[in-house]
Amino acid sequence: MAGTAVRGRLTWQVATVGAVRPETSSVRTIDLDVPDWAGHRAGQHLDIRLTADDGYVAERSYSIASAPGEPVQVTVERLDDGEVSPYLTEELRPGDEIEIRGPIGGYFVWDGTEPQHPLLLLAGGSGVVPFRSILRHRARIGSTVPVRLLYSARSLPDVIYRPELAASGDGVDVSYTLTRQQPPGWTGHSGRVTPDLLAGVAWPDDLMPLAFVCGPTAFVETVAGALVGLGYPAGQVKTERYGGAGAS
Amino acid sequence: MSPVTRGFHGRRREPAEQSGRVPPGQYVTSDFPVLSAGPTPHASLDSWTFSIRQAGDTSKSWTWEELRALPAEDVTADIHCVTRWSKLDTRWRAVSIDTLLAQVDHQARFVLAFCDGGYTTNLPLADVTSGQAWLAYDYDGAPLAPEHGGPARLLVPHLYFWKSAKWVRGLELLAADEPGFWERYGYHNYGDPWREQRYAGD
Amino acid sequence: MHALDNTALDGNAIGGLLGEIFGTEMTTAAATCAACGTVSLVAETIVYLRAPGAVMRCRACTAILLVVTPHGEMKCVDLLGLSALEPG
Repeated sequence: MAGTAVRGRLTWQVATVGAVRPETSSVRTIDLDVPDWAGHRAGQHLDIRLTADDGYVAERSYSIASAPGEPVQVTVERLDDGEVSPYLTEELRPGDEIEIRGPIGGYFVWDGTEPQHPLLLLAGGSGVVPFRSILRHRARIGSTVPVRLLYSARSLPDVIYRPELAASGDGVDVSYTLTRQQPPGWTGHSGRVTPDLLAGVAWPDDLMPLAFVCGPTAFVETVAGALVGLGYPAGQVKTERYGGAGAS
Repeated sequence: MSPVTRGFHGRRREPAEQSGRVPPGQYVTSDFPVLSAGPTPHASLDSWTFSIRQAGDTSKSWTWEELRALPAEDVTADIHCVTRWSKLDTRWRAVSIDTLLAQVDHQARFVLAFCDGGYTTNLPLADVTSGQAWLAYDYDGAPLAPEHGGPARLLVPHLYFWKSAKWVRGLELLAADEPGFWERYGYHNYGDPWREQRYAGD
Repeated sequence: MHALDNTALDGNAIGGLLGEIFGTEMTTAAATCAACGTVSLVAETIVYLRAPGAVMRCRACTAILLVVTPHGEMKCVDLLGLSALEPG
């Protein structure tokens, strides 16, 4: 039995698409029914492989949006020049079958087993997806670890999971910075994340916080570098870089 | 064999009027994708040189000014990447490799292009002569950008574009063939897109 | 040393590929660079996927650690840039 679970996780298996739901005009969450799913940890991802009728194969990685114990879900952003994301966000239908591999990752994960470290989550665009898994997991295990999430998005309509994040409850502080367009009367932050903005949001380093940074490479490099500049030990800053425009 | 995914087509080949120009398995793009295996080198033109080397010695070397003083051509070519994209009618300003090799005495049968960043690629001499290959420094009317191989790259359009080495700094002239970077990892030693020679053994 | 262009990813991006090759979770593996001796987690290395193959580089010195080139069903794996690779 243990051997079967390992084999399923590390090799491709066929999943059936369940419900699909739009999150924004270009982002969709997809439920997946995976027969040999061995469970996952918050922050992990899975790989999706698509095969065209001429044998052409494309593979991409997507963070798992659901918490451990919940059915598998991924949230996919449609990239204009993408090859896989337009298919997943526009063509894919309930009942379709796609190949997946996973769950993958042992580094960019949060289990909630070390409650002495407050959490700092820094999301650039669709980099918020693994943090939804982390926040849901935190709620499911009844953790009281304090969390601050700073979410950078182009505009308010581009924010994914906004109603769910607004209902985050005690101990979770969510703030936004909108980089391209702000609605009238906007009281959140504007513009890209800067060291000053970060200094105002981040936990002081003497509280031994654990930081997770996820999003496009340029975002991750800038933010992770700024955190180290604020005194966060490099080992307490975990990073996951997504390929954005031009990387699909 | 993986099951076919309903409704997934990858990127589709362009309509029939272009199909005579598009090798098997390729799709036409109007973008110019950037593929890299490492950070983009940024060479200083003050210290940039292009060299022809053989038997461990430099036979001939050009500075940037010397290169720009050589007779150059406007080249229009279709280019084909092994990752399946093709781009038609790309425009370059370039010096023919024939012009450079004419200044060197040699009996080489093969070349190994070497580049900033450590990348190499190998070609038969017969494929970089007779007007088939260039050292290109302008693309689409402007200086070649670093992410596309600037200040200068090899341009060998009749082979898969990994042979058109970016950030090229010279050619090693060889009597015997020597596989370059991707060739050592199983990419086809020659790379003819019309025979779909992507991998060794194709 | 940081890679600021968005085509440079990190070892998380080849977690699945390496997991399939090595038969175990590899993002937490410790990779020792043969060129400079730096030990880093695979997750923290620089990875380029937008190439004819996957290339992993040392974040400290940019030397190539590992290259995987898939050819149909086969994969060619070159580990010569690593003096050690230990699953975590």
